[in-house]
Amino acid sequence: MAEQKQFEPLIIGFTCNWCSYRAADLAGMSRKKYPPNVRLIRLMCSGRLDPAFVLKALQGGADGVLITGCHPGECHYLEQNYKAYRRYVLLKRMLKQFGVEPERVKLIWASAAEGVRLAEEITKMVEEVRALGPLNWPGVAAANGDRLIHLTEKEEVAA
Amino acid sequence: MSDKGKPKLAMYWASGCGGCEIAVLNIQENILVVDEVFDIAFFPCIADFKVKDVKGYPDGYIDLCLFNGAIRNSENEEMAQLLRQKSKVMVAFGSCAYEGCIPGLSNLTSKEATLHTVYLDNPTIDNPEGILPQPFYDAPEGTLEIPVFYHTIKSLDQVVDVDYTIPGCPPEPHQIWTVLQAVVAALLEGADLPPAGSIIGAGNVAVCQECTLKKDVKKIERFYRPYEVIPDREVCLLEQGLMCMGPATLSGCGALCPIVGMGCRGCYGPLDGVEDQGAKMLTAIASILGVGKPGEDEAEIERQLDAVMDTIVDPAGTFYRFSMAHSLLRRAKVNGR
Amino acid sequence: MSKERIGVYICHCGTNIASMVDVENVAVWAKENLADDGVVVARDYKFMCSSLGQELIQDDIKEKGLTRVVVAACSPHLHEQTFRAACAKAGLNPFLCEMVSVREQVSWVHTDKAMATQKAKAMITGGVERVALHEPLEPLHVPINEATLVVGAGIAGIQAAIEIADSGFPVYLVEREPSIGGHMAQFDKTFPTLDCSACILTPKMVTAGSHPNIHLLSYSEVERVDGYVGNFTVTIRKKARYVNEDVCTGCGICIEKCPMKVIDDVFEAGLGYRKAVYRPFPQAVPKYPVIDTENCIYFQRGKCQACQIFCPTQPNSIDFEQEDELLQVDVGNIILATGYDLFDARRIPQYGYGRLANVFTSLEFERMCNASGPTNGAVRLRDGVTEPEAVAVIHCVGSRDKNYNNYCSVICCMQSLKFAHLVKERAGPNTEVYNFYIDMRTAFKDYDEFYQKVLAEGVHFVRGRVAEVTDAARLPGEEGKLIIQAEDTLIGKQRRVPVDMVILSAGLEPRHDSVEVGHQFGISCSVNGFFTEKHPKLDPVATMTEGIFIAGCAQGPKDIPASVVQGAAASARVLGRIQQKELALEPVRASVIEEKCSGCRICNTMCPFNAILFHEDQMVTEINPALCQGCGSCVAACPSGAITGTQFSDQQVLAQLEGLLMLSVNGGRVLEPEMA
Repeated sequence: MAEQKQFEPLIIGFTCNWCSYRAADLAGMSRKKYPPNVRLIRLMCSGRLDPAFVLKALQGGADGVLITGCHPGECHYLEQNYKAYRRYVLLKRMLKQFGVEPERVKLIWASAAEGVRLAEEITKMVEEVRALGPLNWPGVAAANGDRLIHLTEKEEVAA
Repeated sequence: MSDKGKPKLAMYWASGCGGCEIAVLNIQENILVVDEVFDIAFFPCIADFKVKDVKGYPDGYIDLCLFNGAIRNSENEEMAQLLRQKSKVMVAFGSCAYEGCIPGLSNLTSKEATLHTVYLDNPTIDNPEGILPQPFYDAPEGTLEIPVFYHTIKSLDQVVDVDYTIPGCPPEPHQIWTVLQAVVAALLEGADLPPAGSIIGAGNVAVCQECTLKKDVKKIERFYRPYEVIPDREVCLLEQGLMCMGPATLSGCGALCPIVGMGCRGCYGPLDGVEDQGAKMLTAIASILGVGKPGEDEAEIERQLDAVMDTIVDPAGTFYRFSMAHSLLRRAKVNGR
Repeated sequence: MSKERIGVYICHCGTNIASMVDVENVAVWAKENLADDGVVVARDYKFMCSSLGQELIQDDIKEKGLTRVVVAACSPHLHEQTFRAACAKAGLNPFLCEMVSVREQVSWVHTDKAMATQKAKAMITGGVERVALHEPLEPLHVPINEATLVVGAGIAGIQAAIEIADSGFPVYLVEREPSIGGHMAQFDKTFPTLDCSACILTPKMVTAGSHPNIHLLSYSEVERVDGYVGNFTVTIRKKARYVNEDVCTGCGICIEKCPMKVIDDVFEAGLGYRKAVYRPFPQAVPKYPVIDTENCIYFQRGKCQACQIFCPTQPNSIDFEQEDELLQVDVGNIILATGYDLFDARRIPQYGYGRLANVFTSLEFERMCNASGPTNGAVRLRDGVTEPEAVAVIHCVGSRDKNYNNYCSVICCMQSLKFAHLVKERAGPNTEVYNFYIDMRTAFKDYDEFYQKVLAEGVHFVRGRVAEVTDAARLPGEEGKLIIQAEDTLIGKQRRVPVDMVILSAGLEPRHDSVEVGHQFGISCSVNGFFTEKHPKLDPVATMTEGIFIAGCAQGPKDIPASVVQGAAASARVLGRIQQKELALEPVRASVIEEKCSGCRICNTMCPFNAILFHEDQMVTEINPALCQGCGSCVAACPSGAITGTQFSDQQVLAQLEGLLMLSVNGGRVLEPEMA
C-alpha cells in the first residue's frame, strides 16, 4: 500500500512577514488550492534568513526549501531583500558542490498581493521536488559506504 | 617504567597529519613536566605500545586521552571506541578530531573517487593492474584484512562521547600547555575542570578581536587569491578582497595568519553557539558584497553578483576548509565517481 | 521534558477550519504527543476569537498555570493582537502567545482532509517548540516631539498641516515650489460639484500661510533626515529666492518691471508666460516672488537689475547675493504628501501630443479653462483665437495600459466628464464632444449623477481605446481636422471621428524622484512607484517606518476629497501620537551580545535605518533599539552569532523548524537523523 502512494515531498518555506506571508494569507482568503507539502515559517524579512536555516531544514529531513521575499525595490525594510538575494546566490553555488539539486532550494519574490502566484509557485515547486524524489539527508550524511571496491567480478568477496 | 600513582596519559593519532603530536612536543621543556606528572599509557608516536596493551587495561584506566585525527576508516573508529572505553576524560584534540579538518574535505566527493585519485588517476601513479585496497584478501596463507575505508569522514564526537575539545590545526602550544596545566591542577590538587562538553584551549570571540589590522566597514567588489596581490599589512584583509575566515572563527591562536598577511583559514572552528561555521561565513561574505545595489535592473544585479562570486573559488572548500565533517550537511550527496 | 506549561487551542472557525481539519483529533493528538514538549492542555473550540474562546484561554492560564499559549486559528495578521491581549489580561506576557495559521495556510487551501490535518499537527508542533523559547518582552517607550514636518503643500499636505496646527501643535510645512497649493491650484473647476478650484483652495492656502502654528518653508527641500520616531532631526534647504522675505510686501512691481518673458512650463503647463522674477499665480502663498536665475538677464549677463531699481521697499527687497540656507528642525512625526507627476503624453506618439498642435493635455486644458489662465477661460485652439466645433476627450492616457502604467489613475473618468461639460459650457452647447473611454468609472458620492448630467448635455461616448490621432485626411470632411481612429467596441466597428481639438486625459504617475525621497525618509515604493502604506486597507496612511506617514497622491492616484481625507487621517494619527507624549514600540529588536562581538564590522553596513553604531574605542558594535526596525538582516549577517533578536532568535526559528519537520506530509514521522 505504502509503495503505491506517490512520494510526498516535505518543503519548508521561509516567508517575509510583510509580503509573502500575507500572500499566503491572501491565497487562503481567495481559496486558491495548493498541495499541503509546504510548511511556512514567518520571518520579519527575507533578510533575516540565515543560510544555516536552509541547511538545517535539509539536514533535518526536508526535501526542499522555498525562500520568499518582497520584490526587489519593495522591501519593507528598504533593501534587505537584496541581501537575502546575495546570500541565496552564494548558497546555491555552495549547495551545488554539496550535490543538492538546484530545484530543491528556490527563491521567489511574492508581494502581499500575489497570493495566487505564490500558490502556483508552491505547486510548481512541489511537483519539481516530487520528480526528484526524497532527499533524505540524514541518510546521506550518515552513509558510511563500507561497500567494497571490487577489483574484478571474480575476486568479489561477500561483505 | 611507571609509577602506579601517576595519572595515565594517552595520545592517539587517527586520520590526521601528525602535526598535533608535534604541537604537543612544541610545549618545549614543559614536556618534561608532562613526563614527570603523567605516566604515558599509550602514545604510538613517541613510545612503543600495542593495541593489545590498551585492550588489557581496565575500563577508565587512562585519565586523559588526547585523541587527534578524524575517523576515516574502521580502524579509526575501533580505536576511538576502545580509547573511549579505557579513558576517564576523552579530548578531541585538534581540528581533525573536532571537526574533520582537511581530511574532511573529501566528504565533498565519494569514497570511490578518492581511491581512484590516490591509486589510479594521479599522473605519478604506476598501477597498471588497477589494484585498489581491499578489506579482505585471500592469500595462500589465509585471509588478510585491512581497515575498511569509509565513504564519509567523521569527527570524533560522531562516533564516541567526547568530554572536551581543543581546537586548532594544530592547537597552539601555549594553549595546549594551559590546558595541561588545568588538567594537572584538577588531577593533583582537586581543582575544578571546565564543564563537560566545553571547548578548551581557545578564546571566546572571533579571531578579529586578536587581529591588529585596522578594520573599517566592508564593501567587497571582488576577491583575490593570495598570489594575486601583495596585501597592505595595516588593513583588514577582507577589505582588500582577500578571503579571511577570521570573523567566523574562534580566537585563541593570536590571529597568527592575518597579522602576517595571510587570511585566516578558520582552523579554530566556529564560535561557541554557532552550529555551522561555513554557513556563517557564507552569509557574512554575501552580506558585504558591494555589488547588486537596490534600484539596479535585476538582470544586471545577477550579472554583477555572478562576476564577484566567480572570484570566490570553491566556496564549500573555503568556508568549510576545517569544519566540513562537523557541519550541518557533513558531506556532499555523491555516489560513485 | 519542557519546563514550560503550554496550552494549545484549536479553533473551528465555524466550519472554516473544522471542515478540512479534524480539529478534535488534532487537540487529542497534541495533548498526547506534545506532552513532553510542555503541552498540558489542548482544546478545540468553535470560535477561539469570541469572548468565550478568549475566556477559555484566560481560565486555563489562571487555573492550570500556563506559561505559554499556542492558538491554531486564522492568520496572526488578523487576531494576534486579540490573543495577545487576552493573555495579557490573564497576567501572561503577551509575547508568550504564538499563533498558527491553520485557516489561511491549511483549511482554505488544501483539499485532502487527512493531509491537511497532518499539516495542522506539524504546524502546531512548530508553534509549541517555538513558543517554549519565547521570552517575556516589554514594549520600548520613546518620547514624541510635539512638532511635525509636513512635506508637500498640495491639498493633502495643507489639510494635514492645518489640522495639526489647529490642535495647537507646531508644524513645519515644506514645499518645493515657490508657492503652496500643488496641482489643485492649477485646476479651474472640480468635479462633480464644479466648484471653482481656486475659490475653495485659496482660503486654505491663506490659513496655512498665516497660521501661528505653521512654519511655512516654501521653495525649500528636505536635504537629510536623521533620528527616529519621536525624535527626527530634519535638515531643510531653503533655496535662495533672491527676494528678502522680511521686507518684501509682495506688491509685484518687480514682476511688472521685469523685461524678461519666459514660457511657464510649470504652472501654466507651457500655455502661458511668466517673468524671470515671478509668482506662479496671483493668489500664491507666500506672496513673495522668486527670481529664476536661469532666465534672469542680470544673473546671465550681469546687467538689468530692473527689479532692484524699481523695488519700492526700504531696504530693497531684491537681494542678488542671497544664498541657499540650511535649516535644522526637530520633529516627532513626518507626513509625506509629495503628490504626483502627470503622465507625459509625448510618450504615446500615436496620440500626436507635441506634434499635432491641437492635441492638448489635461493640465493644459485646465489652465485654458481657468479664468486667470492664458485664454482667460475661453476654449481655443492652439492659435489662441479659433473656437473648436468638435472636441475629443481621450480617457486612460498612460493608464490601464501595459506599455505605460498598468493601474487606473482613478481621476481621469471624472476629469474627462468635467472637460466635456466645460467644452459645452465655454464653447457653446452646439460644440460636439466625444469621450473615448475603456470603462466608465464614476464611483463615489454624486459622481454618477454628474455622468448622467453630462450624458444629458449631449456628449457622445465611444467605448474603445483610441488607436491613433492623425491629421492625414482620408475621407471627405476630414481635411484640416484631427481624426480619431478608434474601435467602438459597443457596435464592434472601427470609427474615424474628425474633430478640431483633442484633450488627452493623462494619468497620474509617482513623482520622478519618489524612490530617492522614499529612501531619504526610510520608506519604500510599490511596483508602481507610489509610497507603500503599512497596510493597504487597515493602515493606509502609516508606513513601515514608525513616525513616517503618507497622504494624498504620493500613496496612489486619488481625487481631491480622498486626498483631503488622507491628509486629515494622517494628521489624526500624528495627533494621537503627540497626545500620548510617548510611543510604545513593538519590542521586536536586534541587539549585540557585547562579549561575543569581535569588532569585525561585517554588520556595520547592514542597516538602512542607521541603527548600527560602531564604537571604535572598544571595538564593538551596538544597535540603537529605537532606530532598529527588527528586520533581522544583521542577525543573519553576523558570523560570530553575536547579534540576536527578540521574537526571532536563531533558537526560536530553529525550534519551529524542528517542530515542522517532526511529521511527514502523509503520515508518520520524518526520518530521524541517524547519529551513527
